[in-house]
Amino acid sequence: MAKTIAEKIFDSHLVDTPSNDIQVIRLDAVLCHEITTPIAINDLVKRGKDHVFDPSKIKAVIDHVTPAKDSKTAMQGKILREWARRHDIKDFFDIGRNGICHALFPEKGFVRPGYTVIMGDSHTCTLGAFGAFAAGVGTTALEVGILKGVCAFQYPQTIKIDITGRLPAGVYAKDVILSIIGRIGVNGATNKVIEFTGPVVDTMPMDARMTMCNMAVEAGATSGICYPDRQTVEYLWPFVQNEYESKDSALKDYSRWISDTDATYADIVTHDVSDLEPQVTFDYKPENVKAVAEMAGTPVDQVYIGSCTNGRIDDLRVAAKALNGRAVAANVRGIVSPATPQIYRQALQEGIIQTFMDAGFCVTNPTCGACLGMSNGVLAKGEVCASTTNRNFYGRMGRGGMVHLMSPATAAATAVAGHICNSDLYQKGE
Amino acid sequence: MEKFNGNVLFLNRDDINTDEIIPAKYLTENDKDALKPHLLEDLKLSGFQAQDSLSDKHVIVSRANFGCGSSREHAPWALEVNGIHLVIAESFARIFRQNMFACGLMAIELPPTTLDHIFKQYATQNTTVKTDLSQNCFEFSTGGLSERVEFKLEDFDRQLVEAGGWIEYADKKYR
Ligand code: SF4
Repeated sequence: MAKTIAEKIFDSHLVDTPSNDIQVIRLDAVLCHEITTPIAINDLVKRGKDHVFDPSKIKAVIDHVTPAKDSKTAMQGKILREWARRHDIKDFFDIGRNGICHALFPEKGFVRPGYTVIMGDSHTCTLGAFGAFAAGVGTTALEVGILKGVCAFQYPQTIKIDITGRLPAGVYAKDVILSIIGRIGVNGATNKVIEFTGPVVDTMPMDARMTMCNMAVEAGATSGICYPDRQTVEYLWPFVQNEYESKDSALKDYSRWISDTDATYADIVTHDVSDLEPQVTFDYKPENVKAVAEMAGTPVDQVYIGSCTNGRIDDLRVAAKALNGRAVAANVRGIVSPATPQIYRQALQEGIIQTFMDAGFCVTNPTCGACLGMSNGVLAKGEVCASTTNRNFYGRMGRGGMVHLMSPATAAATAVAGHICNSDLYQKGE
Repeated sequence: MEKFNGNVLFLNRDDINTDEIIPAKYLTENDKDALKPHLLEDLKLSGFQAQDSLSDKHVIVSRANFGCGSSREHAPWALEVNGIHLVIAESFARIFRQNMFACGLMAIELPPTTLDHIFKQYATQNTTVKTDLSQNCFEFSTGGLSERVEFKLEDFDRQLVEAGGWIEYADKKYR
């Protein structure tokens, strides 16, 4: 029978079918961070079940608030740190080597096409960019994952979004995914997997695919998924070169994880991006999306460039290019947060950090920080932030603050202007 | 089950997200009880005053896509420590729904027409819900008014509720 990629992954990982459409699947990786895991650890200890199913399949990082900002966050780090030590979890990333989980874990080569991955974090769907089934779960599901290496899901239905046309210059993956969420809504893919396919996705580098898959959950999706291809192989090659004779043989192997052409979909959407303009959100839902031109002139107090959505090297490159040697407007606080130490180092080498600093940006260490309003740039009541993150929920970056989501190019241009505006990289009609 | 009975809090809005249910700044708590005073603190709903509106409520009735946003299980926990073990809505975000049943709590969907009716008839008054798990039905009552509303409970979700949650269930079943 013809299958989607998600169905293939489920069928190859099946452990149990407790009822009709529920499947318990075996996990290839269980990822942990210091916000949702310590509570799971405490609970396991309390139950007398302080075990892990396989320390080599568990990866952990302190990323949301790092360095710790107060004694509570310090305790969260301590619980995770001691647990990792106690169970001999080798892939544990602490300060100096830590970065935002969804940027760090792929960079370390912890995900492969066909993998099943869970984490106590809704943006785990980012890793679907590698042709994996990667889903955010709550703490209890995480606990069972840590203990047993399994997780229960509804057998996946898939929405295929075929992205066609040619992306105009100055329009990016972030604009594409915002336009998709604007089209299908925050509830548009609930309980479903979104496959991003088509010529536009084929030409997207891995960083851009991760940006797309990252926001799949903002449309309610369980996971975003892109087909593995040559780009995927290139990215993973340093980690898999001992497993395959050549890149071609890796590609051939990974091609198992592509949907059959006659697979059954819950829906197929064609999304032509040839005329797409840079996008920005208004109000408090990621589906409230407009063209930047329609919001132009909206003053901002802060510009935030970073997060698991847009804190990767390609994002920083584009933002630096959009700055084009200019300074942040006098009334704006600019903050840039490279997502991992490797990205930070790369940005240093390329002179990007210099560009940001010359422009008057504050460069923070890799961390989630302001993205969820916990540190490094929390908004005051009534303040407005132009942000490359993924959620504009009320209170997300600080109580009473307003967040406008946009691409790094738009954010950089906005920082210079002091109000929302298109970047010079985008020129209509060109 | 007793735990699924009680006074109803009506939240007449779609897309109530987990940041509204429990803001991120409380995610540093390692103890569920610490979440208690902060439930729905940032809810955007006119006329809603978190602590007053919540007093003595045990069931929430809401609209579409309840619990969207982050994966934080703090959202169901914040409900649980406030004595709210049942949320009825038109639909739920996947992770929130999964978390509710994983904790042995219930997230039950009703069709929009049924919910429209319930909001119209019951939302303005002191309404209680009684849950009959063996019959798959709720009894809504207020003043002299009362009616039975049937619901569907997936087999797996029932098993989780009966086991007391996903850990209890998985621990017995998987090695
Ligand atoms: S950067 Fe923001 S969205 Fe991404 S994992 Fe961190 S808090 Fe979550």
